[in-house]
Amino acid sequence: MMNGSTILFYLLAALTVSCGVLSISTRHIFRAAIYLLFSLIGVAGLYFWLAYEFIAAVQIVVYVGGIVVLIIFSIFLTQQAGEKLPRQRLDRKIWATLATFCGFALTLLQVWQHEFPPVIPQAPVTVRGIGEKMMSTEAGGYALPFEIISMLLLAAMVGCIVIALRSKPETK
Amino acid sequence: MMEPGLYHILFISTALFFTGVLGFLTRRNLITMLMSIELILNSVNLNFIAFNKYIWPGRMDGLFFTLFIIAIAAAEAAVAIAIIINLYRSSQSIDVNNAEDLKY
Repeated sequence: MMNGSTILFYLLAALTVSCGVLSISTRHIFRAAIYLLFSLIGVAGLYFWLAYEFIAAVQIVVYVGGIVVLIIFSIFLTQQAGEKLPRQRLDRKIWATLATFCGFALTLLQVWQHEFPPVIPQAPVTVRGIGEKMMSTEAGGYALPFEIISMLLLAAMVGCIVIALRSKPETK
Repeated sequence: MMEPGLYHILFISTALFFTGVLGFLTRRNLITMLMSIELILNSVNLNFIAFNKYIWPGRMDGLFFTLFIIAIAAAEAAVAIAIIINLYRSSQSIDVNNAEDLKY
């Protein structure tokens, strides 16, 4: 009944959710970043489990290799080492927990009441298929969003440089 | 314990989403709030992939939405961290209460 795939799924789910919870509850900001790293690795493992290898690879390269490293660098630049985050007010914490728990319960209730259509097994997605669809200019192709994303990345890069350099002439 | 399916993945993504929301509501440090946003975006990506696999297995639309969300999240994180470091330079703190001088 419990085969390897099922056990692997539950292990990945436990890793993802527990590291996510630890990442928002720890008071050491550096540990929060490391827990976030493991949570993102767990999500990448879930993509592998769902047989979407390309998305899992992108997740590891962009999130784990890019965003988390960026966050860790910004922690090094802005925080004093070994300093804990200040404790939050208790009433604010209680209300936030209550509100998120109600939202969580409501969403799960909706999900469990909904009947999803049965699954039709299909051939898994290949990287070749993804590439052809992304460059396709016919109906249902993704060539235009791809170009827009490249413009967005360029704009974000220029914006970062402008924001980071703005205070330089004032200090001279 | 039963065979994992769509409902299990939806449970994980709901839990991740509301973890991110809770972090966003309780944290007062801009970097940790950015981490919460990353958790929320990941839960949405997981939803897209799960629906693509279990409801539209022949199509690739959910996969492309996930790819584009990952690209936008990378751009957003880079811009947010540039703003945070600039804010730290001017006010020596990245607490969200000090961020209100951004509007001047």
